[in-house]
Formats: sequence, structure tokens, C-alpha cells
Amino acid sequence: MISHDALSLIWFALLGVLLIGYTILDGFDLGVGILHPIARTDEDRRIMMNSIGPIWDGNEVWLVTFGGALFAAFPDAYATIFSGFYIAFMLLLLALICRAVSLEFRSKVTSRLWRGVWDTGFFASSFLAAFLFGVAGGNVMLGLPVDAEYVVHQSVFQQLSPYPLAVGGLTVLLFAMHGAIFLYLKTEGDLQQRVERWIWRAFGFFLIAYILITMFTLVAVPRATTNFKEHPWLWIVPVLNVLAIANIPRAMHLRRPGYAFLSSCATIAALALLLGVALFPNLVPSSIDPEHSLTVFNARSSEKTLKIMLTIAVIGMPCVLAYTTVIYWVFRGKVKLDHASY
Amino acid sequence: MDIELLSRLQFAGTVMFHYLFPPLTIGLGLVMVIIEGAWLRTGDVTWRHAARFWTRVFALNFALGVATGIVMEFEFGTNWAAYSRFVGDVFGSALAAEGIFAFFLESGFLAVLVFGWDRVGRKMHFFSTLMVFLGSCFSAVWIVVANSWQQTPAGYHIVERVVNGVTTYRAEVTDFWALVFNPSTLDRLTHTLIGAMILGGLFVCSVSAWYLLRGRHEQFARRCFSIGVVVAAVFSLAALVSGHEQASKVSHTQPAKLAAFEGHFVTGPADLYLCGRPDADAQTVRYGLAIPGGLSFLVHWDFDAPVTGLDAFKPEDRPPLVIPFQTYHLMVALGMMFIGVTWFTLPFLRSGRAFRMRWLLWIYVLMVLGGFAANQSGWVAAEVGRQPWIVYPSVQDGVAMRGLRTADALSETVTADQVGWSIAMFGLIYLLLFCVWIYVLNEKIRHGPDESEPQDEPGPEEGKKWDLLGAAAALAGRSRSLLGGEKGGV
Repeated sequence: MISHDALSLIWFALLGVLLIGYTILDGFDLGVGILHPIARTDEDRRIMMNSIGPIWDGNEVWLVTFGGALFAAFPDAYATIFSGFYIAFMLLLLALICRAVSLEFRSKVTSRLWRGVWDTGFFASSFLAAFLFGVAGGNVMLGLPVDAEYVVHQSVFQQLSPYPLAVGGLTVLLFAMHGAIFLYLKTEGDLQQRVERWIWRAFGFFLIAYILITMFTLVAVPRATTNFKEHPWLWIVPVLNVLAIANIPRAMHLRRPGYAFLSSCATIAALALLLGVALFPNLVPSSIDPEHSLTVFNARSSEKTLKIMLTIAVIGMPCVLAYTTVIYWVFRGKVKLDHASY
Repeated sequence: MDIELLSRLQFAGTVMFHYLFPPLTIGLGLVMVIIEGAWLRTGDVTWRHAARFWTRVFALNFALGVATGIVMEFEFGTNWAAYSRFVGDVFGSALAAEGIFAFFLESGFLAVLVFGWDRVGRKMHFFSTLMVFLGSCFSAVWIVVANSWQQTPAGYHIVERVVNGVTTYRAEVTDFWALVFNPSTLDRLTHTLIGAMILGGLFVCSVSAWYLLRGRHEQFARRCFSIGVVVAAVFSLAALVSGHEQASKVSHTQPAKLAAFEGHFVTGPADLYLCGRPDADAQTVRYGLAIPGGLSFLVHWDFDAPVTGLDAFKPEDRPPLVIPFQTYHLMVALGMMFIGVTWFTLPFLRSGRAFRMRWLLWIYVLMVLGGFAANQSGWVAAEVGRQPWIVYPSVQDGVAMRGLRTADALSETVTADQVGWSIAMFGLIYLLLFCVWIYVLNEKIRHGPDESEPQDEPGPEEGKKWDLLGAAAALAGRSRSLLGGEKGGV
């Protein structure tokens, strides 16, 4: 039998898997949205939208499932985070709604004004969503003022302090780079050549931001390194992170964009892992009193529920992976606009 | 306004807007499975045109369903944190199951359904349609399980927890299957799915009837209209049966709710009101038209049998009266109308007379609004009738379990200003979305099925704009579909 503690750890890990799955998959969707205004012609913009056309919706389901799993496995963390970030999450919802309908509506009518409005909506919502994810991550890293009843009292302006804002900016750049590499795989000809220039630029900005924010983290969040001191083998995560980042320009230079894409996936995964390692065993560190922090152990569901959920995950995840693979296989290759396209 | 009312309004508003789309996509899903099945079997191109047309309409509605659906999952945490802490152990697993079992299935195969016409074969496409339909049904299963647990909780116990010196309570699972198949799950799920099928059928009828009135896409419209009428007829009758079953159950599981539905104040023989205006102060239904003892008869098959009235409950435990009463009666009345109109139409379908009865076609064009209204009002009745509880109290194995009042379920940290601000934001955005949705839907319907779109095996007649030629187009479309039928059959 699996003990309650072990189940809690498994669920912490599974939430990590869902988060990584979401950030890798929807990361390039959001990135494509962030890059969208750079493309000038209507055809280029349609190609960009259709590169994610059949898949963005399934990718967003990873977020929905992450939310549901957090709710089920760590209800207190779910309740504390979601109510604590009320305004930010309302804006995030707005962004996600706006992105979905921009994709759906844009190419339905040919008027230039109509398309311009939805183009703006697509860009702004993708940018805002990526930024807010970063801000939320940054705030959780810093810790929230969690009181004895697990309630956060903090205004949205307090949540917009320099560190979370910086992490928000980093996320935008990371997704833009990731999205550009994805687009390189899905486009050809003239557009692809332009996309390559975007990759290099996005990579440059990301690299600078990455270095600055790593230093910022070490200063602003001393707790972030505790686990590394106790478990030195964890250093493998930041080392892999750096290697993955370094491999992106190498692979692009060697004309192997597939590897560049894998490296950028690995970069995102490593950053998400770093967040997990820096937090563990906390889910939401309290900046008031460490005793009030929500941890993997005090915010969890009952043993029975975690076990049921594990069964659901064991049955469900292979199916999910199977049909995700089928869908990506069906829509492999370069984007071709046809009558079914957006 | 106070935060409780605002939060309830926000949830009601976002969920009602969302609920325009899921029942429509579930019902349309069924029609699409039928149509694509027919195409697969006969190879007749009219079926293919029909399948493609409904797929486009479906995709639009599905996208809006997805976009507005994620809002509720967030709102449990943002607006109802205390509720989330109380039910997370139970409710969360149903929600997570919905994500894993239903949403991935739907959204994955939706891609093939919408974008995969030229990339996969017919069978794979049919399979994808089937999977999207199944996925949308699964999502209904899990969300109705979660909601039914709030109404008639089972398979759990209440655990007292002391956190940092503060005592709190929460529900924890003891028996997963008892939780899933709690006393109201099956009835409510059946009724919800049936409601969705009716809406799907009526929607197809509405669009097809409009084409028939305009003399456009005749072949397409006749077939789709017939399918729509049959679906709506079968399921509206089923709704009557399942609705009756459900009401009888509610008289045992949530007697206060049934009493509110029927405006039944004093325990004793109960009348069945066809309409009226309940007055809580005077303890009576005004301007009512009632069948004496009718409710007693429906519940107990006895006109004199006593039915629990609102007087059996303390005033603070009674649900509001006017909204449940009126929405419930609206739903029932609409359901009766669907049965009447669709069964009246059935005999005229075979002879084809129905396609020429213009007054009847006009009724169908408009009746889809009734389909939306019936689905919405049914849910409003069910949810407002659940008040003042967000989770009903219950008795498990002889032990009384505390419920959770809606007033105690709010987020501890969120203020009325914040909720008011976000309601304004969602209100504006949803209003905009609603207008755009109607506009695009209208454009698609006006454009109609693309009878000139490229085929797998292009024939000599392909590529001409049949649909611009009105009546001539209909004739030509018929002859061409015969041709296509022969080709497809090869």
C-alpha cells in the first residue's frame, strides 16, 4: 500500500507533470500569439494562427486539468491561491476567453477592421496570459501573506512588485522564443526565413533576462536554494537548464530546428522543475509566518481521495497521451491553408 | 449590494452564458453522428455537405463553450474559497476526472473533426465525430455527478480539522461509487442529456425550416429537418418520463425544493399548478390555475396523499419561491409544447407535407429559442431550489451530516467591490461575445452548406456555385447528389 505521505508526494509530482505539459504545449501557442503582430500580411497571420489551429484547444485542457487536479489533491492550496489572486485570475480568464474567440472569429469575415480587431485581441490576450502566469509564479516564489486560516490578504498592486513583474517579463520572452521555434517547424520559404530572425532576437532577449532574473532570485528569495543545500544532486536541474538553453543556438546554427524545439521544451520543463524544487515542500509559502505556509502535507486531500485520483490518472493519462499523439501526427508537417482553416 | 448576492449573480451569469453552448454541442453532436453515419453508409454527397455545414456551426459553438467553461472552474476557487475547502476532497476529483476523461477526448478529436477533412479517411472522420460526441457526454456526466452530490450528498463523512488553532470542517470521501451514483445523479444526468438532445434537434429544425421557407438547399434542408424533428420528438417525450421520475425522487430527497417548484405551502394533499404567482407572505399561489390534488397524484398516485410543504422547514431553511416556481413551470410548459409540435409534425414528414406548411415551419424557426429557454430555466430551478444550501445536509448510515450554507461558502478575502468590478468586466465581454456569436452564426447560416466545395473525387459538375441560384439550385443540387451518390457508392 502507498502511504498518505507518499501519495501526497506523487500528487505534487503529477501536478508538476501537468504544469510542465501545459507550459510546454500552451507555451508555444501563447508565443505564436505574442509574435502575431510582427507578421505583416494577412496570409502570414493566417498561417501563424493555423499552425496552432487544431491543437491550442487541447493544449489549454492541460491547464483545466491542472486546475482540477490542484482542487482535488490540495483543496486548501487551490482555494488560497485562487481567492488570493482574485483580480489577476479574473484578468487571466479574460485573456483566455479573448484568445479563444479571436482565433475562432478572426478569419470568419474578410473586413480589414474586423480582422484588425481580432488580431489585436489575439496578441494582447496571449501576451497578458503569459505575463500573468509569470507574475503568479513570481509571487508564489516570493511567498504570500498567508494567515493562520490560510487566507491571503493582499491587494493586486502589492502583487505587482518588481520581482513578479520581472518573472512575468521572462515568461513572455521564453514563450515568444518557444513559439518562434515552433513556427519555424511549421512554416516554409520566405516566412520561415523571417521567423528565424525572430528566434535569434527572442533568444538574445531571453538569455539576458534569464541571467538577470537568476541573480534577482538569489537575492530576493533566499529560501529558493535551501533544498539545493540539503540535496546537492538537485543541481542537475539548473545544470540541465543551462545546457538546454545553450543547445538552442547550437541546434539552430546546425540547421536542426527539431533539436532546438526539444531544447526549448527542456528549458521550460527545467524552469518549472526549478520552481518545484525551490518551493518544496511548500505549495504556498507564507511570508508572515512559515508555520502558516501551505505545504504538500497540510493542504492535501484525504488518503482515499488521493488514491482514487491516482487510479483515475493511471487509467486516463495513457489515453490522453495516446490521442494527443494521434492528433499531432494527423496535423504534422507544414501549415497549408485550406477551406477548413481559420 | 452584499458580496453573497454579487457572487451568486456572477456565478449564475457566467454559468448561464456558458450553458448556451454545451447542450447545443451535445445535441448537435448526436445529429452529426447520425448524418456522418448516413454519409458513411450511403456515400451520398448531400450527407457530406450536411456534415460539413453542421461541423462548422458546431465548431463555433464549441469554441465558445470552451472559452466560457474554464471560467467556472476558476470561480470555485476565486469566489467560493470556503466552499472549495469544504468540498475539495469530493468535488475536486469529479472535476479532475472530467478534465482527464472528457475534455482531452473532445478537444483532441475536435481537431480532426474540424480541420481533418482532407487529412483523414471517412471512417476516421466518423470515428472522430463519435468521440467528440462521447466526450461531450462524458463531460456532462462528471459535472452532473459533482452538482448532484451538492444536491443529494452521499459516500462521504464530515471531518473536523484544526488548523493553526482554528477548527474547520470538510467533507471527505468514504465510498467513491456511492458518491458518483448519489441518489440524484442518474435522474439528473438523464434529464440533462435529454434536454441537450432536444435543443440539438430543435436547432437543426430551426435552420432547416428557414432554408425550406426560403426555398434554399431543399434537399439538405428536408433531410436535416426530418432528423431534427425525429430527435426532438423522441427526446421531448423521454423528457416527460424522466422529468416525472425526477420530480418523484425530489419529493423524497429535497422536499423543500419540490414544494418551492409547486408553490406548496402546507403539508397535505397538494394541487398541481399550471401557472400562477406564488406569494410567500400570504402563503398562497395567486392567479393560479390548478388541478386539485394533482401533485399528490403524480408523486404518490393518490389525489389525497400528503406532500411535504414549506411549513415543514424552518424559515431560514426554505428556498426562495418565485424564481424556482416560475422557471420550473416555464420548463414544463415548453416541454409540453415541444411534445405537441413535434408529434403533430411526425405524420406529415413522410408525405413531405410538413415541408410545405409554412406556418409550421415558422414555428420551428422560432422554437429553438424555447429549447434554449427550457434548458436554462431547468437549471435555474434546480439551483435556486437548492438554496439556502450550497451543499445539502444529509444523513449517512444514520448519522446526520452538516451541510454548507451558500452564505458560508464565500471567499474569505474577496470584497464586494472586486466582485462588482469583475461582474462589470464579464458582463461587457459576454455582451460583446453574444453579439459576435449571433452575427457569425447568422453569417454561417446565410452562407449555408457549401455545395460547391471540392470533393474527394471531383465530378464534372463540381466547382459551380449552385447555392446562389435559388430554386434552380435546389433542383440541380438534387440531380447532382444522385450523381454523387452513385460515385460515392463505388
